[in-house]
Order: sequence, then structure tokens, then C-alpha cells
Amino acid sequence: MAADIRPKRPFRWHIGVFLAPAVLVYTAIMILPLAGTLQLSLFRNIEQHQVFVGLANFRTLFGDPNWSVNFWNALTNNTWFFIIHMLVQNPIGVMLAALLSSPRLRFSAFYRTAIFVPTILSFVIVGFAWKLILSPLWGVAPHLLDLVGLKSLFTPWLGKEEYALTALSLISVWQFVGIPMMLIYAALLSIPEEVIEAAECDGITGMSQFWKIKLPLILPSIGIISILTFVGNFNAFDLIYTAQGALAGPNYSTDILGTFLYRAFFGFQLQVGDPNMGAAIATMMFLIILGGVCVYLFLVQTRLRRYQF
Amino acid sequence: MSTATRSVPRTIGAHAILLTYTAIALFPVILVIMNSFKSRAGIFGAPLTPPTPKTFDLIGYTTVIGQGDFIHYFQNSLIVTVASLFFVLLFGAMAAFALSEYRFRGNSLMGLYLALGIMIPIRLGTVAILQLMVASGLVNTLTALILVYTAQGLPLAVFILSEFMKQVSDDLKNAGRIDGLSEYTIFFRLVLPLVRPSMATVAVFTMIPIWNDLWFPLILAPSEETKTVTLGAQLFLGQFVTNWNAILAALSLAIMPVLILYVIFSRQLIRGITSGAVK
Repeated sequence: MAADIRPKRPFRWHIGVFLAPAVLVYTAIMILPLAGTLQLSLFRNIEQHQVFVGLANFRTLFGDPNWSVNFWNALTNNTWFFIIHMLVQNPIGVMLAALLSSPRLRFSAFYRTAIFVPTILSFVIVGFAWKLILSPLWGVAPHLLDLVGLKSLFTPWLGKEEYALTALSLISVWQFVGIPMMLIYAALLSIPEEVIEAAECDGITGMSQFWKIKLPLILPSIGIISILTFVGNFNAFDLIYTAQGALAGPNYSTDILGTFLYRAFFGFQLQVGDPNMGAAIATMMFLIILGGVCVYLFLVQTRLRRYQF
Repeated sequence: MSTATRSVPRTIGAHAILLTYTAIALFPVILVIMNSFKSRAGIFGAPLTPPTPKTFDLIGYTTVIGQGDFIHYFQNSLIVTVASLFFVLLFGAMAAFALSEYRFRGNSLMGLYLALGIMIPIRLGTVAILQLMVASGLVNTLTALILVYTAQGLPLAVFILSEFMKQVSDDLKNAGRIDGLSEYTIFFRLVLPLVRPSMATVAVFTMIPIWNDLWFPLILAPSEETKTVTLGAQLFLGQFVTNWNAILAALSLAIMPVLILYVIFSRQLIRGITSGAVK
């Protein structure tokens, strides 16, 4: 046997010592609770005892109109939230990065730093600051619209059912546009000069150079950004909670999975908190996020060629 | 446009778009800070002008400092952030060293296991985390938050740091081994100082989400003694809906420390994003 032929090495304790703290904390606080939550979703509290009920919680979640209406509402809203991010945040991020990476652009460090400022602020600040700006009481938003002659367009967006979710999505886009900008900027910088020069020799410049040469080369980064956006969006909570409260008003029109989970698990006003139903919702969120990550890993990432320079 | 790549109109166009977006990004922040120094009449009368001697007023700040326990919340946030950061960096660097330096059975499996947490958010385990904290009596303690944030920060820290530790020269470590240094001394004395720049990058990445988090303070530590700044600001802002001076002052107080830190560390952060994180 191979082990007998090789000189026996003493057991290397130091590897264990180096790994132990991280693995222990990570397993105890992250992996086990995650598994525990998945497990709790299969139980129900009956007369102070946790009883195994199989998929009954999920049947309630999808079958009981009290739950299913809210769940599908939250999921639809969350999907819309994600779509807005993909359609607005990522194209703006790519555009800003493309402009920033143009050679010999002055003040590019200043622009980079300034555009990234909202990303470092907490949701509480962002949510409240925008609530004030959009508030009809203060009148900043109508005043600004008046300057460009569009005052008639103003309505209290956050208070109207049909606009509130879109308005909040755009606020979130405003906050996070710095992340795609930075990652795409980094990807654009790593394209070697020779590739660009070769394109210029062939007469491919300006916009067509971007579409034909640079965009295909940064597709892997766009893939990473999409999955980061997906995970972040389906796990979002703070912005909605700060701006609209746990009830995600008006009339649940801004309810997303995160706020729905919070109300189910913790209870709010008349609703009593139910950890098992909370766990069931968390399990659904887990499956959605896992599904997204799998689609990315097995379908998107393998098809996108990575170019090695 | 087909002939010149760096023509003047193009440059002007680029600057115009970037300037517009910079204005959009900074406008709300500037607006809030500017108006926090004004009297109520000034806030509503002329929200878009900077404070003049006539409208200058610090009433908002005096209300906030008199009312809220902001200094205390600030302390809590600082303790939680610094302690979590310390553990993430120490434990993360140790694990990254083990994974990048030694070849042992299960190495890549362990790496994959630790990387799982980059994609799956820790929030999804909240139900069981709360039960765990209740069972161990850690609810409403800062320890609970520190533990959670340490677990949350570790996956990315291990991932980024092991990329950097692979670049540390083997000759240096082997020279240390020949000189009879123990593996621990090699790690703490030789390797750690060399990866210090990347540690700073990881620190910034880890710090921002911890400082800004609302979910875990709300669920694990909502008591008065353990409130963090983010949670305290959230509750305070909810209470003072009609006192605009106080709200604007509280928002500005919450913005400024982060903004100052950002201006100091922005170079580090941006270099980190554009080099290490996308590898």
C-alpha cells in the first residue's frame, strides 16, 4: 500500500490549529443554523412540542389563501425588484465604467470615488433621505421637476400602490450602481492594450469597438454581477423596512420575501410570529437563491469563455 | 467618430454624463447635510440653498444629542465592528494560510465548504440562529452580534486572503523552516506582515456591511443597552417623524463618520475591488 512505502509523516497538528477557529465558528453559526432552519420548516409547534409534519407548512404556504396570496405577492414584487436592477443598475454601471476607462480621462478618480459614495451608506440613511426628498411636504422633488418643466408629473411616489415598488427599486439602484461600475471598470482595465490596438488597426473604434471587442471580453464579469444582484435582491429587507415599515405599505405593494419572512417569523401587530412558517419561507428563499446560483454556475459560467491574456 | 477615438466632443460628452451621474449620486447626501444646519423655516423655505447666516441653526443637533443615546449606540457599533473585524481577519488569515500553504487530504473540499457562504446569505438561517442564541443566553448581548458577523465575514475573507497568500514566496518560508522557526512563527512573523495590504482590503469589505446592518441588531439585540447606531437611528427617525431638524441632524450624524472613513480609505477600497476581488 502506498501509505506503507512513503515515510510516515507525523500528524501535522498545526494545520488543524490554523483551520479550527474559522471552521468552528462558520459551522456553528452559519451552516448548522442554515440546516436547522431547513429542518424546522418540516416541523410544527403543537401543544409546546415540535412535531414532524412533513411538508404541511409548505402546503399551508401555497394552499392557505392567507399565506399564499402574500407569498406570491412578495415573490412577484421581488422579481420586479430584480428585473429593475438588471435593466437599470447594470446597464448604467457598464456605461459609467466604459466612460471611466476611456484613456486619459481627467478626474476619473474623483468620479469613481463620488459615484461609489451611496454604496457605503446604510439603508437607514438611504431610505430616510429619499423619503424626505420624495415627500410632498418638503417639496424638493416637485421643485426640481419644476425646474425642467415637468412639475405635473409629480405624485407622492412612495405612497402610491402602483409606483412605490418601482420607486424603491430605483432608490436601491441609486445606492448600488457603484458595485457593477467598479467590477466592470476592473474588467475593462485588464483588457490588454494590444487587443485594442489591433482593433484600431482594423478600423474598429468608438462605439463599435465597445460592442464588438470590449463587451464580449467583459461578459464573465457581467455574469458575476448578475448573480451578485440576484442573491442581493432576493435577500433584501433593510431598505423596504426602513422606508415603508414591516407592513411594506401601501397595502403590501412593496412587500418582498425579506419583509414577508420578517413578519411571518417575528410577528407584527396582530399577526403572531411563527418560527416554523418563517423557516418555511426562509427555505423557499434558500431554494430560489440556490437555484439562481446553480443556473449561474452550470449554465452561464461554463458557456462564457474566459479569455486568458 | 469613426476616425478619432479621443476627439473633443467625445471627451466633453463623457465628462457631461459622468458629471451628471456624480451629481445624482451626491445630491441627496449633500442636501441632507446642508439642511441639517438650518432652521425649520430655512429647511422648508429654501431647501436647495446652503445655510446662510439668517437660516443657520444647530437646533437639530442639540435635539439629537439631548434626546438619543447616540454616543452609547455609537460605542456599541464600534465594539461590534472592531471585534468582528479582528476575528474575521485573524481566523480568516489562519484558515487561508492552512488552505494555501499545506497539501492535505480534503484541502479543496474544505475550500469549497468555506466558499459556500459567499453565495448563500447567513440571513436565511436567522430562525435557527435566534433559537441558538436564546438557548445559550446570548440574546441582547453584543457577543451574539460579534459571533454572527464573524461567521458572515469569514467566507469572503478566506477566499480573498488565500489568493494573496499563494503569492508569498516559498523560498522565504522554507528559509524560515531551515532556521528552525515553527509553522506558527512563520505564519505570524513572515506571512502576515507580507499580506497586510490585502488584509486592509478585506477589512474594508467586511466592515461596511457590519456597520450598516439592520437585520441582526433588530432580531438578536434590540435592547436599549445593545442597540447599534443603525438600529438606534432607525428607531429615532421613526419617532421624530415631524421634527425635521432632528431627523436631518441624525441622518447627518450617521452619514459623517462613514463618509470620513470612506474618504480616508477610498483608495484602499477601490484598489481592492479593482485588483483582488475579481480574480
